[in-house]
Amino acid sequence: MRLSTIGYCFGQGLKNIWRNKLFSLASMATMAACIFMFGLFFCIVQNFQYFVKEAEEGVAVTVLFEEGTTEEEILSIGEDLTKREGVTEVVYVSAEEAWASYQEIYFEGNEELAEAFVDDNPLANSANLEIYMKDVALQDDLVEYIESIENVRKVNRSDQVADMLTGFNRLVSYVSVAIIVLLLAVSTFLISNTVATGISVRREEIAIMRLIGAKNSFIKMPFLIEGIIIGLFGSALPLGILYYLYNRIIAYVAAEFNMLTSVMSFISANELFRTLLPVGLILGVGIGFFGSVFTSQRHLKV
Amino acid sequence: MIVLENVVKSYPNGVGAINGISLHIERGEFVFVVGDSGSGKSTLIKLLLKELEPTEGTIRVNGVLLNRLKKKAIPKYRRKVGCVFQDFRLLKDRNVYENVAFAQRVVATPTREIKKNVPAMLSLVGLAEKYRSYPRQLSGGEQQRVALARALVNSPDILLADEPTGNLDPKTSREIMKLLEEINARGTTVLVVTHDQAIVNTLKKRVIRVQKGIITGDEKESGYIG
Repeated sequence: MRLSTIGYCFGQGLKNIWRNKLFSLASMATMAACIFMFGLFFCIVQNFQYFVKEAEEGVAVTVLFEEGTTEEEILSIGEDLTKREGVTEVVYVSAEEAWASYQEIYFEGNEELAEAFVDDNPLANSANLEIYMKDVALQDDLVEYIESIENVRKVNRSDQVADMLTGFNRLVSYVSVAIIVLLLAVSTFLISNTVATGISVRREEIAIMRLIGAKNSFIKMPFLIEGIIIGLFGSALPLGILYYLYNRIIAYVAAEFNMLTSVMSFISANELFRTLLPVGLILGVGIGFFGSVFTSQRHLKV
Repeated sequence: MIVLENVVKSYPNGVGAINGISLHIERGEFVFVVGDSGSGKSTLIKLLLKELEPTEGTIRVNGVLLNRLKKKAIPKYRRKVGCVFQDFRLLKDRNVYENVAFAQRVVATPTREIKKNVPAMLSLVGLAEKYRSYPRQLSGGEQQRVALARALVNSPDILLADEPTGNLDPKTSREIMKLLEEINARGTTVLVVTHDQAIVNTLKKRVIRVQKGIITGDEKESGYIG
């Protein structure tokens, strides 16, 4: 196809939008609403996953050893465990450190009571390894492996927290996907309707085109361009608004809710939009394009 | 140029529009197809434009066997067959120049060629001055001239005209027919479907009479003779 023909079809696509101003605006608005909702859920899910990931990384498995296991033996096991898949950190906690930590928690304000044990560490056999992981899902395998190691007395795991986080994460993802799919179906339907209206308005012109030998691609091209433009504008606008709002919300939360930011942190807008911007634009343009393709296929049988 | 052999066209409701027509039209001929309403004249035009498929028989135009023409090849075929209609079929939202240029754009003619061809074609039909006018600002005759310019701008081998003077007064009809004669004199085969007796009688061209889907007369340099 010649460049001048593409230019002509592009102009006709713009004219189609102008001729069906109301329908085009309605399609763009719905598309904008859908992409906005998509972006919103994307931000929520991404931030939640980020939060879950951080929380998961903080989840530790504690390994306690049989009486008489030496520090060297424990450190050797620890070194072996650092090489395991999914393990991010292995921390050796000596019996003294375990007792000091215990005192801090349970004898706070009553330190004199702990002095009774000054020469007799009640946690003498509690030297342990704390193992931190990047993925809770790998915990089962790791625990099974540790339990098979000689001298291991007990493995304390954090299944409940891990399961809850993973389960909740999955639920949020499923709900988001369901809502997004529904919204995308609505926008595809609306774009399809707009293109169908355009085709019906231009029926006479299309009939003339056919009579004077226009190829199918020449007849369809303006409608495809129309769909792509609606998709492009319908997605670029809400993404811009989301970028602005996201930055404002993060700044607001940081300023007003210090406590919250110490517990959880947000992904930066730039990092988030590195994925969201292309995905949102491709989604918008893709829906516009395929909505037009299917509609013109159905209504423009030559 | 145009060869029809035992062509039958029946519609799904069983009505036969054409009931066995055989016809030979040579390159450069000027032919009138006459007959009453419902005689099958317009169906003939639709068959030649491959808007309809014959139920039986073969149609060959310019060496192309239409029965075997694939869908993809139809646009290329139609570019060599110009057509004008009683209702002009102009694009109302485009001016005269754009209406004619449209036919060239459809076939991907380069813009510089369009800028050269369209004014030349408008001069031929006598509308060079009105290139910026919209169809609503033109008389019926002028609109038909625009339709003719559009049909001819891609230099077709054949021009099919379905009742081209049907909406025009006698004087304008004569002007349009004169234009069609000029076009024919330039080498284009012209086939005019009409029931305008006066025009047919004046021009004394080959006349093919169709009644109830069959040819009842085919004479050179003839008049209407209903």
